[in-house]
Amino acid sequence: MGAGHAHKLYRHGHSRVHRLPAHCKIAALLCFVLAVVATPREALGAFGLYALLLGAVAVAARVPAGFLFRRMLVEVPFVLCAVLMPFVAEGEMVHVLGVPLSVSGLWGAWNVLAKGTLGVAASVLLAATTELREVLQGLQRLRMPSLLVQIASFMIRYGDVIADELRRMRIARASRGFEARGVRHWGVLAKTAGALFIRSYERGERVHLAMVSRGYTGTMPVLHEAPATRAQWTYAATLPAAALAVCLMGWTL
Amino acid sequence: MTVSGPMPPGPPASLDVRGLAYAYPDGHQALFGIDLTVDRGERVALLGPNGAGKTTLVLHLNGILAAGAGTVHVAGLPVDAENMAEVRRRVGIVFQDPDDQLFMPTVREDVAFGPAAAGLRGAQLRARVDTALDRVGMGSFADRPPHHLSFGQRRRVAVATVLAMEPEVLVLDEPSSNLDPASRRELADILRSLDVTVLMVTHDLPYALELCPRSVVLSGGVIAADGRTQDLLCDSELMGRHRLELPFGFDPRSVAAPVG
Repeated sequence: MGAGHAHKLYRHGHSRVHRLPAHCKIAALLCFVLAVVATPREALGAFGLYALLLGAVAVAARVPAGFLFRRMLVEVPFVLCAVLMPFVAEGEMVHVLGVPLSVSGLWGAWNVLAKGTLGVAASVLLAATTELREVLQGLQRLRMPSLLVQIASFMIRYGDVIADELRRMRIARASRGFEARGVRHWGVLAKTAGALFIRSYERGERVHLAMVSRGYTGTMPVLHEAPATRAQWTYAATLPAAALAVCLMGWTL
Repeated sequence: MTVSGPMPPGPPASLDVRGLAYAYPDGHQALFGIDLTVDRGERVALLGPNGAGKTTLVLHLNGILAAGAGTVHVAGLPVDAENMAEVRRRVGIVFQDPDDQLFMPTVREDVAFGPAAAGLRGAQLRARVDTALDRVGMGSFADRPPHHLSFGQRRRVAVATVLAMEPEVLVLDEPSSNLDPASRRELADILRSLDVTVLMVTHDLPYALELCPRSVVLSGGVIAADGRTQDLLCDSELMGRHRLELPFGFDPRSVAAPVG
């Protein structure tokens, strides 16, 4: 973590959003997404308002629009999936430029696209303002099972170490004249993957040994006590509260 | 000639190993009756060829492996299930690969892991971490992730992670391996400045001579020799028998060894 891992998603800053405790932000994100998902898909205006709300958060966090949109590209595969829906869904049809499109498919595509995009944008904002390890600490504070948090944090700590091991193996392969060209060489690649697995497994055993030697008994000790103040919770609650109001409006109008 | 009375009861030995034998579950016997006493404040090198049982012995000192026969006492406390938490606090093992030892996201969290597992919190924990990092000269790196440090720095942080537990005895597995000469010397300076008992497993014989007045040779699962490091290194017959070799051009007679 730290700069080594965070540089891709995290954007260093000192805004009020950055300073919020991670668990407040995670809870706010979750409630916001729930409100968005609960909104009827016909309430088109509501989704515009949600987008404005996220825009306001981005401004408050001083995250530039370009940064936000580039990080949102991760959504592209899902967009493609949504675009297919009007073509494959059944039921009442409309013809656009002579192409038959399913009405329910169109609504379905819009539904996935709008709610998915809002969810991704909100998550990108969380990731841009919160370091990865803070997210994990936040999840722990929100009572996520400690074992899952530990697994995730080890993944982050050792991701680079294992990637480095793979890189060294690749260099060693290439230094002996190996070049992967087609199916005949898949066997070699599979053996590399197997060797990497064994090495990582053995490293896991050594790490566990080092942990046990320092008194590990199955739970991580509490290292960070960062309770959130009422003011911080209130500030974090602004977004989901506004989203809830929009959602209720979408149902009643 | 006067017969001296019973020895005054000083502090108990940091390490007291009696008749320790151990066989791995697959039947391979690694240790055949080890007797070893290390007094408080001593620095002892544990020498021996690969496969001599050095690591197996080390893993008995903090109860990771349970003795097949014999006993281990740490500062008078028997190593058994009842005392395990306290024994692991008293015996700080620094493993060879710092990437195995440093498993937390930042240096500070890693150094805090041991004392926090022992129940320390808040300002006390912070002070303990800062002291440990200062002792290895890594105080200004507290908030860095371990994989951003050089190998020598990581090794020093690994030492700090066990110093933070205020151990009775520091056990180092190959402390000089993979270090460049400057890092190697810096680590030696740090180890000399500590007032803890040190047991150092090493193949680096000049390093053993530099740091440890006393050495123990473990070979084939038994203690083959125990004496002044300089005497052992000068005994070429003993050295040859246990596959111990000095680096080219190094003459242990030519250097002024530290006195124990």
